[in-house]
Amino acid sequence: MTDQTPALRLEGIVKTFPGVRALDGVSLTVMPGEVHALMGENGAGKSTLMKVLGGILAPNEGQIFIEEQPTVMSSPMNAKAKGVVFIHQELSLADELTVAENIFLGELPKKSFGRVDWQRLYDETDAILKTLNVGFAARTRVGDLSIANQQMVEIARALTVEPRAVIFDEPTASLTDAEKVVLFEVIADLQSRGVGVIYISHRMEEIFKITDRISVLRDGQYRGTLNTAETNEEEVTQLMIGRTLDLSRNESTHELGEVALEVRGLSCGGLFEDVSFSVRRGEVVGFYGLVGAGRTEIAETLFGLREPSAGTIHLAGEEVSIHSPADAIKRGISLVPEDRKGQGLILGMNCRDNMTLPQVSDLTAGPFVSDGAEVAIFDQYRDKLDIRTPGWRQLVGNLSGGNQQKIVIGKWLSMRPEVLIVDEPTRGIDVGSKSEIHNLIRELAAQGYAVIVISSEMPEVLHVSDRIVAMFSGRVMREFTAEEVTEDSLIQAISGLTGKTA
Amino acid sequence: MAELTRKGLQGFLARQGILVAFAVFMIAFAVANPRFIDIDNVFGVIRSSAILGVMALGVTFVVIGGNLDLSVGSMMSFSTIVVLDLHDKIGPTLAIPSMFAMTLALGAFIGILVGYLKLNSLIVTLGMLSAIHGLTLTYSGGKNMDIADKSGTWFSVFGQGSVAGLPMPILIFAGLAIVLSIILSRTPFGRKVYAVGGNGVAATFSGIPRARVVFMTYLMSSFCVATAGLIQASRSLGSQNTVGQGMELEVLAAVILGGASLLGGSGTIFKTVIGVLILGFIQNGLLLLGLAFYAQYIVTWIIIILAVWLDIAAKRGGLWSRIA
Ligand SMILES: Nc1ncnc2c1ncn2[C@@H]1O[C@H](COP(=O)(O)OP(=O)(O)OP(=O)(O)O)[C@@H](O)[C@H]1O
Ligand SMILES: [Mg+2]
Repeated sequence: MTDQTPALRLEGIVKTFPGVRALDGVSLTVMPGEVHALMGENGAGKSTLMKVLGGILAPNEGQIFIEEQPTVMSSPMNAKAKGVVFIHQELSLADELTVAENIFLGELPKKSFGRVDWQRLYDETDAILKTLNVGFAARTRVGDLSIANQQMVEIARALTVEPRAVIFDEPTASLTDAEKVVLFEVIADLQSRGVGVIYISHRMEEIFKITDRISVLRDGQYRGTLNTAETNEEEVTQLMIGRTLDLSRNESTHELGEVALEVRGLSCGGLFEDVSFSVRRGEVVGFYGLVGAGRTEIAETLFGLREPSAGTIHLAGEEVSIHSPADAIKRGISLVPEDRKGQGLILGMNCRDNMTLPQVSDLTAGPFVSDGAEVAIFDQYRDKLDIRTPGWRQLVGNLSGGNQQKIVIGKWLSMRPEVLIVDEPTRGIDVGSKSEIHNLIRELAAQGYAVIVISSEMPEVLHVSDRIVAMFSGRVMREFTAEEVTEDSLIQAISGLTGKTA
Repeated sequence: MAELTRKGLQGFLARQGILVAFAVFMIAFAVANPRFIDIDNVFGVIRSSAILGVMALGVTFVVIGGNLDLSVGSMMSFSTIVVLDLHDKIGPTLAIPSMFAMTLALGAFIGILVGYLKLNSLIVTLGMLSAIHGLTLTYSGGKNMDIADKSGTWFSVFGQGSVAGLPMPILIFAGLAIVLSIILSRTPFGRKVYAVGGNGVAATFSGIPRARVVFMTYLMSSFCVATAGLIQASRSLGSQNTVGQGMELEVLAAVILGGASLLGGSGTIFKTVIGVLILGFIQNGLLLLGLAFYAQYIVTWIIIILAVWLDIAAKRGGLWSRIA
């Protein structure tokens, strides 16, 4: 591999934002036909480096080489024309357009007089979608797709040209296991065609499964490159965060208290049916299932965002009806939603104001919002969750993806709820903070909170839960205790293979 | 390197462009006609901007909340006509609160349509612009409204009075600006307005009653309109049915000029006040240069386009951009 010309080389890249030196002289070499992992903590500068490479940001210093030719990437289109395709961490699709239009945006196939060749557009798109093995067609409106499927559309964009290098920035954050398999096939195919692939992810098991080399960034600086075959998780973690992690399951021995939340026969027209479960104080109940199993919809119903069509909800033994998030919050329910950009954050608002938003009416001194109380809350959770930001005045939209997620978590933890529901809490969060969030969840339970964790990551569910509810297509298939659960039985339950035993 | 400096300059222009343009305008006008910076003229401009300014304060809330209000012009005509009519019928002490109640009712109606029924604010307020005009004409029977005894009423104090040498309209404008600025920047309600305009879905997920917040912004807007109508009526003590016609666009121009984004979620009262003053001085300057009064309409339009362009340019980080 060493005597080949690199597909791509970055040298001494520096990028600063007001108050932040996001990249501090980073160099990186990607060979053709290799899958090169880029790792680092939240805010380390991975996405920024890729935005420089993809022509979205202009570097302050440094040089990009494509096949050893110095190049300037003046725009994303320009980068794509030069063979560099960038699949974003944050979805950047036009909701109102069809899948086909999104995939070929800016380069729609044309007939004479500049008319769009729709037939060719749809045919080519359907061909690409077929290789991706997805369940939607070229004419589907993107806004009607789930987040996971939107992610697949984003990936399909890379397949419209003959690329030299493809960048995947956390592509699996919202994919199911089945979709991941397809993605990895796509990557293997790119690899065999001699394309250089840059792969960003916080998930170690993926990194070790599909990559050849791993480069690590820390605080905007290049920390080194390892050959995947010759290293292990510990060494990478050490390089990333400067220490190793204790990943053993948190066996807490605290007593469980009263039943805090009980749900009986809850249904919501077509989304889920006849769902019953209970959560006791001090208990973490994990909800595991495929995307579309109805878990998020249950959470939204408990949080007053949907009206149930049948069934009852009981809090601390008392039947309640919850008609709005305000109701839910008043009764001590918090929901960390799954879509941080759409549902969790106001990107144009600063970090502190985002975090204190649900309780702003209570943080008052006289008729006014009390600055001091707000800053105190922000500081507390910034430290607790290790949020990297130059200060509370920074707009949330300028934070790295993982740090945005931490703001959402801090926002709901600071409400000190009775029942805390977290939907995909560690999506896009680095290994260090992930284990911190897991510990925090256990710690909250130990303090007597009732916690529901919805997650599509099996290790996560296994790691934090006292009990696991397995769901398939809107129904509870089975409940497991932490002692009896195995990976196999869980997989079986969520694929609908077992009979209904709940 | 040259590339970077050009980008830097563009970025600066995109962010501060309106102040730069304003400074250039002021200097050019002052050179062309020294009377422009005469203290009397400056005061005159501020005073004549006060009515527009008061309305812009309310619309700032609506725009930050993510909506538009194009009904303020005809609503102001309504308030003016109503208070003048009632003045002679039930006396000023009762006429003023009655007029406020009626104007607030209109604001509440719009608030219900846009907030609770979630109808598009552009359509609703554009419709109200003409509906309220019809209402005013029906009320007045199409005639001008005049107070019978113009010299014998204390009602003129709001438009013509002054305290310590400062004209009353300016005092009302300044006082209201301070109060509303505090409400917007320091109270939970103000924070919720920003949240609802910034990302309505996330605001809902945070337990903020979006519909009620939007409703409240329209109520505040109509309160400001009523105040503006009061000043207008008191200043002239007589009025046509069309006194506020066209002001909705000027108000919107001032708000955007100040830097509130049409997409919602950003802007401040202070910036709106700056926007109002810029607009006032530019129009005054053009008059002093000898342009006809009606040239203002064209100028207002140009300013709106310029302000919207700069708003978008600031988001893109440059005046021209290939990235949408
Ligand atoms: N537009 C911006 N304005 C100001 N600061 C920014 C901007 N974009 C990124 N940053 C800062 O640059 C740093 C690097 O961010 P980046 O998004 O590259 O991190 P990352 O490594 O991709 O993290 P994650 O794993 O959380 O996605 C962060 O501190 C972030 O706050
Ligand atoms: Mg990132």
